[in-house]
Amino acid sequence: MTHFRSVLNCFNLLVVAPILVGVLAVGCQGGGSGTGGSGEPKKSGGGASTGPIKIGHFASMTGGTANFGQSCDKGARLAIQEINAAGGVLGRPVELITEDDRSQSTEARTSALKLIQQDKVVALIGEVASSNSIAAAPVAQQAQIPMVSPASTNPEVTEKGDYIFRICFIDPFQGEVMAKFGYNSLGKKSAAIFTDVKSAYSVGLAKYFKETFTQLGGTITAEEAYSAKDIEFKAQLTKIRGTNPEILFVPGYYEEVGLIARQARELGLSAVMLGGDGWDSPKTMEVGGAAIEGAYFSNHYASDDPNPVIQDFIIKFKAAHGGEVPDAMAVLGYDVLRLVVDAIGRAGSTEGPKIRDALAATKDFPGVSGSITIDALRNARKALVVLKIENGALKFAERVEP
Amino acid sequence: MTEFLQQLINGVAWGSIYALIALGYTMVYGVLRLINFAHGDVYMVGAMAGFYLTRWLGWGGQADSLHFILILLASMLICGLLGFIIERAAYRPLRNRSKLTALITAIGVSLLLENGGQVIFGADPKFFPTLIENKPIFQSGGLIITNIQLIIIVVSLVLMTALQYVIFQTKTGRAMRAVSFSHDASRLMGIDIDAVISWTFVVGSMLAAAAGILVGLSNPKIEPLMGLLPGLKAFVAAVLGGVGNIPGAVLGALILGISETMVSGYLSSTYRDAIAFVLLVVILLFKPAGLLGKAVPEKV
Repeated sequence: MTHFRSVLNCFNLLVVAPILVGVLAVGCQGGGSGTGGSGEPKKSGGGASTGPIKIGHFASMTGGTANFGQSCDKGARLAIQEINAAGGVLGRPVELITEDDRSQSTEARTSALKLIQQDKVVALIGEVASSNSIAAAPVAQQAQIPMVSPASTNPEVTEKGDYIFRICFIDPFQGEVMAKFGYNSLGKKSAAIFTDVKSAYSVGLAKYFKETFTQLGGTITAEEAYSAKDIEFKAQLTKIRGTNPEILFVPGYYEEVGLIARQARELGLSAVMLGGDGWDSPKTMEVGGAAIEGAYFSNHYASDDPNPVIQDFIIKFKAAHGGEVPDAMAVLGYDVLRLVVDAIGRAGSTEGPKIRDALAATKDFPGVSGSITIDALRNARKALVVLKIENGALKFAERVEP
Repeated sequence: MTEFLQQLINGVAWGSIYALIALGYTMVYGVLRLINFAHGDVYMVGAMAGFYLTRWLGWGGQADSLHFILILLASMLICGLLGFIIERAAYRPLRNRSKLTALITAIGVSLLLENGGQVIFGADPKFFPTLIENKPIFQSGGLIITNIQLIIIVVSLVLMTALQYVIFQTKTGRAMRAVSFSHDASRLMGIDIDAVISWTFVVGSMLAAAAGILVGLSNPKIEPLMGLLPGLKAFVAAVLGGVGNIPGAVLGALILGISETMVSGYLSSTYRDAIAFVLLVVILLFKPAGLLGKAVPEKV
């Protein structure tokens, strides 16, 4: 957007490009793994036939959505410990290699490439943010390394190729459920939508919410936009306030939601706030404070769900992380790693195409976030929960089956 | 009409923050003819200093305006020191080299602070403690002014007046103005140029720190890269008003803040940043020296 940025980008290109070329060259020398396709079956998929089986995790360990990547990694590492304690898979231990993409889509692509070419992982897990998954997916597809996203809900992610999977519901479902929840369960007839235009997730979710809400007979009073990293939203919120909506739908990430809630209340905007799974982080409540009380958002799991599978997981997670209650990303990180290892076991091999076939055949896998069945479009059909923010904590409000 | 007035208030409050950052830019440029790209990052350090001081002192829980003033002053001191160190370590050794060398050093210092900040503070966003409870103080037919908006405008005004006083009524200020005309002539008059330049950096950095704290108060989410865009916008504001000119920087910042708010409120927020730079180009086409800047013929 500015000279300064583009100068920096050029700088990045200058520095990163030669490194990438180097990486690619090394990758090609290393037996044509990935790029060649069928080639020699022994070497395909990178991993050696002895030693640990490597699984790569590209995640936002730092940056705007750092909470997502860190939680997901904690969940996945807990799963790894359990799997290795139980003897690993195919008689070999499993190793998780995490690569930080700093919450940026260009970095997500580079991280995925590095994991495939340098670390020779047999499968990838990642990312949470849809824009980052979309950026990295072609890399995995081309190398024929299966990539399973724990939580990217934008439909486009798995459309990138037949090696790309996810273990969560998708935005058309999420948007539809939140529109119905607002219209039917809360009895609100008008809504304003406030979208993060820089995020594929946010734009998609807004679209599906609007479709269902207007079909039901509700009116959309205003559609406004912000950009990730903004801190000042009063201009748009003042405009929204003028249209008197009963619902303020903010399909964004936790980094901005708290501030939006604060500024909306400062301006006297009293609409009920609704959102999607991008809200799931303690930061939403920390920044939002009293302003975010009474808001609802859709999520993958509720920590106060009495289901023993969930409660057992929470006890295990708390023991491993000093009493911290796992959020949805931790649960999905745990599930995604167990599913990938399960698929490797069912494939009986570490070759990309075989793991892919095993993943595609997944049926009723018992995940903590619910039973996972992969459909023909490589998405999971799963239930969704609506949570309410009450006294700074998340309360279960409604469960919706697909 | 109410909506328009509300947007105007939003714009003035937002513009005041730009103004505080822009003043530092314009002072340094006036005295050294150097665009200090690290200035936006000093603003970030100001906000971070406020965050850690509050946490360290255990003042995060309750809102207290005395605490706010103490944190504001402490953070300004810390950033004043930082500005002093930056000038001493990075710019002074290069003072007699070409302008480009200093400019590139400024970008280097900026990157150092941004990435160093990510290492030291962590890259995840932090919640700035509520030092003053945000509540409306004026409310009439949908027009709302909050106490924080008022505090931002008042603190900005006070600091700008203080700056105006320092520059035009004190000996140091007179020395600054002299140095901004000519380094050599000032030195011949017995002015300690090094001290004057150090002071300029200290005062400019203190203003940036104040902006950091005020932003933390009104938009309580801070992170190591928060200074990047406001820094650039404040630079635009300084150029808009006539770089090197103090009332010009304030005027430019207010125009920028109000126009950004109006663009978001009446057109689309997607064009907000584009408008800021279009405005810059248009004004510079008609007034190459900025709104209040004087065109000075180049000496040959």
